[in-house]
Amino acid sequence: MADTQGADAKTKAAQPASNGNGTRKLLGVTVDPTEIKRKAEMDLKAIQEPTKTDVYKSIFRVRHDQTSRSRTLGVLSNVFLHLHPARVNRDAVRYSFTWGMGGISFYLFWVLTWTGVLLMFYYHPTKVQAFRDILYLEHDVPFGKLLRNMHRWAAHAMVLTVQLHMFRVFLTGSYKKPRQFNWSVGVILLVLTLLLSFTGYLLPDDQLGFWAVTVGTNMARATPILGHEGPFGPQLGMTPFNDVRFALLGGSIVDANALLRAYIWHCIAIPGFAATFMIVHFWRVRKDGGISGPSRIMLESEIKKPRVGR
Amino acid sequence: MDWHQLWTIVSLPDNIPIVGMLFIIPFFTWYGLRQAFANDRLAERLEGDKAMARTHHRKAEPFQKGWTREVAVWPYLLRMEFLAAIIVTFILMVWSITLDAPLEEPANPSLTMNPSKAPWYFLGLQEMLVYFDPWIAGVVMPTLIIIGLIVIPYIDENPLGNGYYTYRQRRFAIWTFIFGFIILWCSMIVIGTLIRGPGWMWFWPGMTWDHNRLIFEINRDLHEIVGITSQPWIGIFGGLVVGGFMTVAGYLCHRIITATEFSRKILDRMTLLQYAILQGLLIVMLALPVKIAARLLFRIKYVWVTPWFNV
Repeated sequence: MADTQGADAKTKAAQPASNGNGTRKLLGVTVDPTEIKRKAEMDLKAIQEPTKTDVYKSIFRVRHDQTSRSRTLGVLSNVFLHLHPARVNRDAVRYSFTWGMGGISFYLFWVLTWTGVLLMFYYHPTKVQAFRDILYLEHDVPFGKLLRNMHRWAAHAMVLTVQLHMFRVFLTGSYKKPRQFNWSVGVILLVLTLLLSFTGYLLPDDQLGFWAVTVGTNMARATPILGHEGPFGPQLGMTPFNDVRFALLGGSIVDANALLRAYIWHCIAIPGFAATFMIVHFWRVRKDGGISGPSRIMLESEIKKPRVGR
Repeated sequence: MDWHQLWTIVSLPDNIPIVGMLFIIPFFTWYGLRQAFANDRLAERLEGDKAMARTHHRKAEPFQKGWTREVAVWPYLLRMEFLAAIIVTFILMVWSITLDAPLEEPANPSLTMNPSKAPWYFLGLQEMLVYFDPWIAGVVMPTLIIIGLIVIPYIDENPLGNGYYTYRQRRFAIWTFIFGFIILWCSMIVIGTLIRGPGWMWFWPGMTWDHNRLIFEINRDLHEIVGITSQPWIGIFGGLVVGGFMTVAGYLCHRIITATEFSRKILDRMTLLQYAILQGLLIVMLALPVKIAARLLFRIKYVWVTPWFNV
């Protein structure tokens, strides 16, 4: 196990097992107290320097010392860190440039996933049980109230940080060539964030969520062409029982089907879409050359003529 | 001045993000623009001194000879991320221990909440319902916001300001975004949260939410004010008014787009399609404050009434 067994161990092992200095026979097994003591010392030594053990090396694969090579490998050979480049623009790590909002949004998504999974253990998306489950969470489940509070506040915080991230990216012009497409992916992620938060609103099945979703989905009635109260909707045969609102709610009123649909959108479908778009988003950040700056200031006199046929 | 009412609204746990927004958005606007102005000063100096422009570091951030231009992610970036995660976790913990997520009575379709409000980030859209019919406020406008945001990189032909804060090099873009994001989106969320009370009526901060309040306000359609009464003419008149607005707004936008020599240079780089999309989005964006003003100041409900839709 220990890497510390060096030449000294070999010389001792080469010595004859019984040379009269305390070797005893116990139930037919030869026991050498000095040998046991030596091995125990070896293990103690390994504990004092855990980074040199084979177990440690098998997990972390590279040494973590101050050399540039180790630092690079530490990032590149780790599955969770390998989305990072090995080195970045020295000013890009300044908080003043990035505001850290993209990373914080991702962290909040992560917090929301975990608290959300834990909440799912206690929640049934049915009219009979949904509200009671919330009461149960608040009053009986250990830390249930903290769990629910954290899920809700993290969701609010994420809506805010995603908007601030967009604001920062706009102010630094980071959506410009070659990052145009990644901005568009980001806008879709913003919309998915809002939808995630909105679908979660109905799940406690209380007055707040019920009326918020009623107001929200009533607007879908008025969708042009696809809603039964929207322009040209009735003319095209839209009724309360076949329009886009019916598809969203699984019925003509906010009821059991709407609860189930909100639950599935909230817990499975939209997180899946969001995760997929996030993969693309992060991948493209790297492929488009890392985060945009702070880059060199370009002067007005340096603008080149655009190439024809963009 | 009803301080208790004000406190009731502000201290509502679900309104914490909006109260936070009142400070956070101005702070980050200042924080970003401060760096933009620093970069602008540097750009101005370099623009006037060609020799310096060739050798200077070209960033407002300090740089000394001997410093590397790049730093290792481990530990310089990772420790920032780790620290940020700890701070966010700490804030979330304190927030979750001190404030409880709201839970009202069980859902009851026969008991309408008054005011019945959407989640705070949709209050801008709900506030828009006062000024437009649901198909515009709830469907067309959100769609246009999303499309408008997505096409930003494809219609912004200004090559300057790529990857650094600047104001002077991107005046038009920055003003447009601040107008859309802060003046329209954020302030309408604030109005929807802090100002709108029972019956979605306007209550100034500090006014008591009176559930029996009645406002005798007669909203009239524009054609009624003018005195047109029969249908084909109402529709034609409304179409003309909307068309007139679009012409005037388009003209004003064009004047802004071509205000400076620099902006004319950028316009030269744009294709006709890019220009048309930009104009279309700007006109729709301007329609919102115009309709708000028409409604709040002149009590006009619709400007264009047709048998199929009203604007």
